[in-house]
Amino acid sequence: MPPTLFGLVLIVFAISHIVPSDPARVMAGENAPPEQVAALRHQYGLDLPLPWQFAHYVQDVATGNMGTSLFTQRPVAEDLVERLPATFELALCAITLAIVIGVPLGVVAALSRNSLLDHVVRIVTISGLAMAAFWLAILLQLVFSMWLGLTPVQGRIDGWGPDPITGFYTLDALLRGDWQTFGEALRYLALPVATLALPAMATIVRFTRAGVLNVMSSNFVFYQMAMGIPRRRVVWKYILRSALIGTLTQIGLIFGTLIANAVVVEAVFDWPGLGSFAVHSILQSDYNAIMGFTLFVGAVFILVNLTVDVAQAVLDPRAQ
Amino acid sequence: MNTLRRLIRDRAALLGLIIIALLILAAVFAYPLSTFPQDVTNYDPPHRLLPPDGTYWFGTDRMGGDIYSRLLFGARLTILIAVVATSAAVLIGVPVGLVAGYYTNRVSDLLMRVSDIFLAVPQIVLAIAIAQTLGPAIQNVILALSVTYWPFWARLVYAETRSVKNEVFIEAAIALGASPLRVMVLHVLPSIASSVIVRTTIGMGGTILVAAALGFLGLGPPPPTPEWGRMIAESREFLPQAWWYAAAPGAAILLVVMGFNLLGDGLRDVLDPRLRRDVSAR
Amino acid sequence: MARVLDAVSLSLAPGEIVGLVGESGCGKTTLARAILGALPANANVHGSSLMFDGRDLLTLDAASLAEQVRGRAITFVPQDPYSSFSPLFTVGDQIMELMRWKSPDRRVGAQFYSRRRRRSDRERVLTLLRAVQLPDPERLLRKYPHELSGGQRQRVMIAMALLPEPNLVIADEPTTALDVTIQAQILRLLRGLATERGVSVLFATHDLGTAWEICDRVTVMYAGQELETAPIADFFRVPMVPYTRLLLDSLPSSGSPLRGIAGDVPNLIAPPNGCRFHPRCPCASDACRDEHPAAHEPEPAHQVRCHHPHVEAVVAA
Repeated sequence: MPPTLFGLVLIVFAISHIVPSDPARVMAGENAPPEQVAALRHQYGLDLPLPWQFAHYVQDVATGNMGTSLFTQRPVAEDLVERLPATFELALCAITLAIVIGVPLGVVAALSRNSLLDHVVRIVTISGLAMAAFWLAILLQLVFSMWLGLTPVQGRIDGWGPDPITGFYTLDALLRGDWQTFGEALRYLALPVATLALPAMATIVRFTRAGVLNVMSSNFVFYQMAMGIPRRRVVWKYILRSALIGTLTQIGLIFGTLIANAVVVEAVFDWPGLGSFAVHSILQSDYNAIMGFTLFVGAVFILVNLTVDVAQAVLDPRAQ
Repeated sequence: MNTLRRLIRDRAALLGLIIIALLILAAVFAYPLSTFPQDVTNYDPPHRLLPPDGTYWFGTDRMGGDIYSRLLFGARLTILIAVVATSAAVLIGVPVGLVAGYYTNRVSDLLMRVSDIFLAVPQIVLAIAIAQTLGPAIQNVILALSVTYWPFWARLVYAETRSVKNEVFIEAAIALGASPLRVMVLHVLPSIASSVIVRTTIGMGGTILVAAALGFLGLGPPPPTPEWGRMIAESREFLPQAWWYAAAPGAAILLVVMGFNLLGDGLRDVLDPRLRRDVSAR
Repeated sequence: MARVLDAVSLSLAPGEIVGLVGESGCGKTTLARAILGALPANANVHGSSLMFDGRDLLTLDAASLAEQVRGRAITFVPQDPYSSFSPLFTVGDQIMELMRWKSPDRRVGAQFYSRRRRRSDRERVLTLLRAVQLPDPERLLRKYPHELSGGQRQRVMIAMALLPEPNLVIADEPTTALDVTIQAQILRLLRGLATERGVSVLFATHDLGTAWEICDRVTVMYAGQELETAPIADFFRVPMVPYTRLLLDSLPSSGSPLRGIAGDVPNLIAPPNGCRFHPRCPCASDACRDEHPAAHEPEPAHQVRCHHPHVEAVVAA
């Protein structure tokens, strides 16, 4: 287990043991007789000294056992894995949308620096980064679902989703040629994706804009222009390349914000993913679930950052 | 001061400064500025969920409380949480980063490992875990935020200290016999100060957002405390009719965070134009 | 607002290498950029003409300037070859990009890069890379800029400046960023190629020694004003303008103490009236404050813009 992940397990374990609580009592119930509580305590190894408990915990986590959810009575790991595709679909769509709109917008804003478009873009991005994600979610819900009736208020789909292949409703519907379900899935995706995409897009636009401005004032761009190479060619070939590579660097940062926002956004839209799982666990004081969620997100995050680092090394000739 | 003058000339930064000044005024003068100061704690059920009008400027909430007044008192909470949590994180993280960056030994390695662990997860995820364990109270929110925020500063200051360490003026100071403490405080710290100041300002805004999210999830100070995030959560069951109930606190958050962001951006442009290239969110 | 350049006038004959000499900040780079039409957006050019090949470049619109003049008739060798390349593309890619637009075989306005022209251009490139003394050009084209040495990069830059078969090459301190040992090689190379191809070179430098190596004529600038223009030998033998004398005097020579020029370079936002050197000049008079004189020739081919030129030879210290 990589050291960072191990450290995370340690911290999560520590957090869950800050407050002296008695999970055995919680599990047994308020009115359980003491013998039953003691039996449960023994069964779950809660009467062992802390270091032993930690060792067991590490072992458990390493084998994928994150305890049982106090609420659903199912293994936390199972709950998490089941809900992963929903969040993944949401996150992927949001990042894609953010990049597809954000990068060109950032480039255009930089090239037409201080124009009206540039100013509007800056205002929108600053607002986008200052908005509470859950508030934006509620606002969009209010306007588009409740007042205009264009999108559903909550949920991922009406009725059952397509038979799973990937777990992505959109992809699965497409693969099965079920256009109606595909359309429905999109309708349900629209608002949550928009909510997550806006702050991500704002960050991308800002970074891209700064990156392009940086490149535009660089010596090699000056050289190209001094030698009379057409401006649009310089922009297209050299500046976009730098901008896209810069975007990759930002994905790690953006992903973190995305996950953070996903928690509240899923809660607002009742999207059956990891985020709403976390929120429900909070409301139920389901410690195992919360800690499991934390570990899981941590692991995913570390993985994503690792991938980004590798991709960066591959794309930048200077690193080789 | 010349810096201040240049800052004010930047209209966006000036706007940010004004907004924050308004926030402070709202918090300090909440009593005289509010129309129903008693609504912070009292319930007035006959007047619940009224739309904005001449008496209740932003309408009333589910307990009949005047939202405008509650927002003003909520400003106190917002400032308190933002300032205390961010200051604590900075006061812990900066020295840790300085020491870890200056020395190259196992302690320094360990400190950075610990920071990395915290940074491996988005702040709110850990903050939720901590706040959940400790229970809903304002001090727990502040604690959760500080504990999950200081590693960011440690990392930042560590990286900057490492790069500054190679500068000639540091070598000169060491050669002249300055003690490590002296070098760190009198030489390294001033050269990274502008970066720290800029990010602290922007960080206040970020902290407010995370605090509001915790409040929204029910992990913040319990009712009747007028915490802005919680107010938005409360409003949900009364939508779409009581739209003002959700709009007002959210707009307040938006305004305040934008103020900090604008000010931070302005400070960045003024204090060190070179920083303009590095456009990190926090 | 700073008046960076004040009524500078230069002329170059085909095949001539003219040095533009002066301290940092004297306006050499600004002049170079003005000729290229590559001044920053907030710069203005007032009331002058830029005659090149019978046309006034200042009357051309930006598009024509970029298409017909820059990179074709007038090319550029930058000071820092490293940062003048994009780090993300190979050297070959960037040279061929230049050839795509600026190859002598390209018809003005053509958008399409035919395979035939691409092949012939590549041959030109390889030939010229060999002419700048770079071994194994095929391999070089596949490399990235950071894989080359400083000297190699600058040779490539010189090749790129010569590929479009220009009339004028503007070199902005091209050897300053290089190792001293490499500098001499590059200078000789540039000189040889320029003479051989009949290309004029405007060579900006702050180093008089470099100017001596490569230039046929030299113009000295100070704070945006031109002071003296002369053939290189005359320049070193009989520097007429006091500033030039002091400049040559300040060149370090073994055995004698360092001599500088008293005072500071003026602020260009509020420069001195008349001759901008007059506050620091030991020979200054009231006339110097009133007017920066027009050029006159105390000796044939030796122009000065000074009220008090000396005409006796310098005695070596």
